[in-house]
Amino acid sequence: MDLSWYLVLSGLLFATGVTGVLLRRSPLVILLCLELMLNAGNLALLAFARANGDQDGHVFAIVVMVVAACEVVVGLGLIVAAYRRKLPLNVDELRRLRG
Amino acid sequence: MKEVAFFAGAIGALGGAIAVIGLRNLFYSVLALIVHLVSLAGLFLVLQAEFVAAAQVVVYAGAVMVLYVFVAAYVGGVDEPLWEPIPAQRFVAPLLGIALFTEIGIAVVGSGLESIESEGPTVELGFGSPAEIGRLLLERFLIAFEAASLLLLVAAVGAVVLAARKRDAGAGGGEASPGGAR
Repeated sequence: MDLSWYLVLSGLLFATGVTGVLLRRSPLVILLCLELMLNAGNLALLAFARANGDQDGHVFAIVVMVVAACEVVVGLGLIVAAYRRKLPLNVDELRRLRG
Repeated sequence: MKEVAFFAGAIGALGGAIAVIGLRNLFYSVLALIVHLVSLAGLFLVLQAEFVAAAQVVVYAGAVMVLYVFVAAYVGGVDEPLWEPIPAQRFVAPLLGIALFTEIGIAVVGSGLESIESEGPTVELGFGSPAEIGRLLLERFLIAFEAASLLLLVAAVGAVVLAARKRDAGAGGGEASPGGAR
């Protein structure tokens, strides 16, 4: 099993996540797609770690997981806050911050 | 054997990812992401990243996904409107995704790295084990480790502030909240 297979799979998963962000409008699904992209990055990191026989990539992957957990916590907090204020949960309508 | 494990994991991960963006029901999307994450943990095991695979299952498929399920149940279904603010977004977005994948594929295949054309070097026993990762985290990557814990603390405090703002905004009244119904 060549490691390039893993990298191509990682690219495919990343492209799927990007497509989801472009396609869907619910902020929760967009957060899920961000998870997809972060995990694709993790897969590439681990594939490169295996390719080099080096464990530094594992530490990077764990740090990425920490960052993803933080992003989820803050993102879900924002969604719950928006829901409580009865704002529309639709990224096309939540655009007051757009420049 | 490795091929079977790779393709099983790849099919699970890719199917889960496509189901996340394809399913209309929010709850099903979250469940599809769990399938995706568990399949990815299997792929991590094939790559001999045992600790990361375990962390993936425990942290992601366990804790983070429980949070998602909770919020999905709290918020409920989000009805996406049928009108499209950007014309033909439904067709252009997959095309852009395919274009991005082509670009990444060309970059990977054309990179000419020798190590990715092989299965990687033979590694000694204990590669990717908790002991090795722990030693790296506490010696070489200590600053990153501390920064990550600080980031987690900030995120936890931020989440509490975001979620609890309503009550003291109503009590103090200093901040105008648009939907102050409760």
